[in-house]
Amino acid sequence: MALDAAPELLTIGAPWQARLLAAVRRYLPATLILPSGLIIWELGVRVFNIQGFLLPAPSLIGQTFSENWANLLDRGLYTFQEAAWGYLIGCGLGILIGLLLARFATVSAALLPIAIAVNAIPIIALSPLVRVWFGIGQPSKIVIVAILCFFPCLISAVRGLGAASADALELMRSYATPEIEIFAKLRLPSALPYIFNGLKVCTSLSMIGAVVSEFYGGLMNKSLGTFIANEASQVRFRSSWSGIIVACGLGIAFYLAVSLVERVLIPWHVSIRAKAE
Amino acid sequence: MAMASTSPIVSITNVSKRFGASGSNGQTNALSRVSLDIAPGEFISLLGPSGCGKSTLLRLVADLIEPSDGQISVKGKTPRQARLDREYGIVFQSPVLYEWRNVLHNVELPLEVMRFPAAERDRRAREMLELVGLKDFERHYPWQLSGGMQQRVSIARALSFKPAILLMDEPFGALDEMTRERMNTELLNIWSQTDTTVIFVTHSIAEAVFLSSRVVVMTPRPGRIEKVVTIDLPRPRNFETREQPHFFELVTAVREGLREV
Repeated sequence: MALDAAPELLTIGAPWQARLLAAVRRYLPATLILPSGLIIWELGVRVFNIQGFLLPAPSLIGQTFSENWANLLDRGLYTFQEAAWGYLIGCGLGILIGLLLARFATVSAALLPIAIAVNAIPIIALSPLVRVWFGIGQPSKIVIVAILCFFPCLISAVRGLGAASADALELMRSYATPEIEIFAKLRLPSALPYIFNGLKVCTSLSMIGAVVSEFYGGLMNKSLGTFIANEASQVRFRSSWSGIIVACGLGIAFYLAVSLVERVLIPWHVSIRAKAE
Repeated sequence: MAMASTSPIVSITNVSKRFGASGSNGQTNALSRVSLDIAPGEFISLLGPSGCGKSTLLRLVADLIEPSDGQISVKGKTPRQARLDREYGIVFQSPVLYEWRNVLHNVELPLEVMRFPAAERDRRAREMLELVGLKDFERHYPWQLSGGMQQRVSIARALSFKPAILLMDEPFGALDEMTRERMNTELLNIWSQTDTTVIFVTHSIAEAVFLSSRVVVMTPRPGRIEKVVTIDLPRPRNFETREQPHFFELVTAVREGLREV
């Protein structure tokens, strides 16, 4: 039988050399941009003789980092603990309550606009108050991060659970499928791409939440946020920058880790398979 | 084709369907006092322009919506009971494949819901994929298939639990003309190898005449049955069927029915 095979079939089962080549072609430009950016930064600072307190050269930041890396990593991990715990609590509760809400269409229709409005509040502005309630240590930062992560995850879970198409639901109805099975076999899988979007957005939110709320008061000898703020206030900008680099690195690593879980769990989704082709 | 002797598998009596709030001006009569008997093993097409209620009639039989008036019986039961007893399989215009399942697991979906044992699910799904000519594609994902192949998967899925009735709602409407004609021939092939009764909604006159034992011509506002044309073309039908003078006579007869609106 003559089969009307789609052109995409040609890439399936291609030899690994071909796939490696395709991957290199895809990622090479992005990989080149980072070092070129650093070179342009370095040259720019030297050529235009930019003052170190405005923008230190990356080589100097690197040097400062290498002199103090153990301390910086300790502080980074301390702050990352806050981000990670807040993330787990906030995202966990957000998704859980989202799943419960989605069972009741009228309730979620009423609550969703409110959740979106609350999500627009700069929750980080609460951190001075939360510090008063929960103290200067990690718990107050965890609370801020959890609140920050809660709403995006709640919203994406509710949206995702409503994302199954009318046809797909009617198909289940035609089989007289029990509601619990419709949830497991249709609603939850169609919600996962939405939920992962929320989870990815929250990785960067959680690092921002942890670092910035430490600006408003944290343990001076332990946290990354107080280090960045303190060094800057003491006009040690290079040192401050080296802390920022650590925060960036942790944020990126967190994002990549969640993306990796996404790729493993929903390899079928359109946003992922486009990259795999 | 003689059909008077057997009792109908689907019986539709004086069925009306109105959409919108009763008594308001926004109410539309999708179907008005429609009656139709379908014999076991028949291939029936519901043909007509948009708004004639052909899809509505199909969805009433499927118990996806409920009639405003009249009775429908499916295998001697209410449509609801027939749905609960899994008496029909349905194919929509879009294939509605679940993108997280490969072809084989998509076909197994109804079998999972109906609690078939795993080995039996596997056996039936493979048998159905062979029937629709997709044996070599069971590990592929829906997005790796063309539109025509996806629709074949959806037909395999609808037939996997061997329902007595196959309901098809413009299944080839989104395909190009050449693919559609080939799918028509394949569908007749599949139908001849099963003893399924098919109710097929379409707005293509040639498709309806080629496939059916009877074509039900419907007209809109309000949706009702204009006439029923018996298609006595010999089977098996193939591409030569479309070139026979009698094929054109029947196409003309059906078209006349549509013109009398």
